[in-house]
Amino acid sequence: MAKAYLSRRYHFSASHRLHSEAYSEEKNRAVFGKCNNPHGHGHNYTVQVTLSGTVDPVTGMVCDLGALDAFASEHLLQRFDHMNLNTLECFQELVSSTENLSIEVHRIFERFPAAHLERVHIEETSNNSFDYAGGAVVAAGRI
Amino acid sequence: MIFLTRKAEFSSAHFYWNDQWSQRENERVFGKCANRNGHGHNYTLEVTVLGEVNATSGFVVDLKELKDILEREVVSVYDHRHLNLEVPEFKTAIPTTENIAIAIWKRLEGKIPGAKLYRVRVYEMPDLFADFYGEL
Repeated sequence: MAKAYLSRRYHFSASHRLHSEAYSEEKNRAVFGKCNNPHGHGHNYTVQVTLSGTVDPVTGMVCDLGALDAFASEHLLQRFDHMNLNTLECFQELVSSTENLSIEVHRIFERFPAAHLERVHIEETSNNSFDYAGGAVVAAGRI
Repeated sequence: MIFLTRKAEFSSAHFYWNDQWSQRENERVFGKCANRNGHGHNYTLEVTVLGEVNATSGFVVDLKELKDILEREVVSVYDHRHLNLEVPEFKTAIPTTENIAIAIWKRLEGKIPGAKLYRVRVYEMPDLFADFYGEL
């Protein structure tokens, strides 16, 4: 059976603020710079998920893109689009960095039943992107 | 005459809200943009100026100077800021892409030596932008 990789891109717009309760105000400003602005700022995020699976001999597809889009709409876009990331449950104890966002998005797409999640790639700006392919979550990412 | 365009980028938070309306009316008109916790975008600004090419320098304007003006007048005020809460012109105007283009025009008008400000284009996303050419 032929294994193939499928990547799909999704877009959402959200605000956030990088801030750790474990640091003093001064240390937060030193570590996070302008991203520590108390009122937040925002981005157009692009999420690229890569899935793998055997190519169905009848459909010629790894998985139904419509099913993947419906899953992404319900579990990714409805949750994150036009939101302040810091208000979401997953960032109550974690800095809303795009590294941590990648890990959360990986957790979401791991549950997509029709194909195996290989990698999550998130572009925060045209110059910054982050990848997470599962595996150990570094303890320092937690606060 | 030559048109010259310079780009700059800024990342900001905002929300759409009209204080004259009820919450219900705001949500009806502005949809998910009315979320008071805000959301955000990577904005791209394109500023087009119009002028004669200087025979000696070959320039319409000094590009470094134009970059510095965009940084000083716009990017340093808007980037990594919440437009509704931190940028004075949006205390009274909703920070829609249209109003941002108008506000940036006002910030830049008369500040670019040797060239005429022709157009301010603001992209909220790659597939959505607003143009302002000044009062026609």
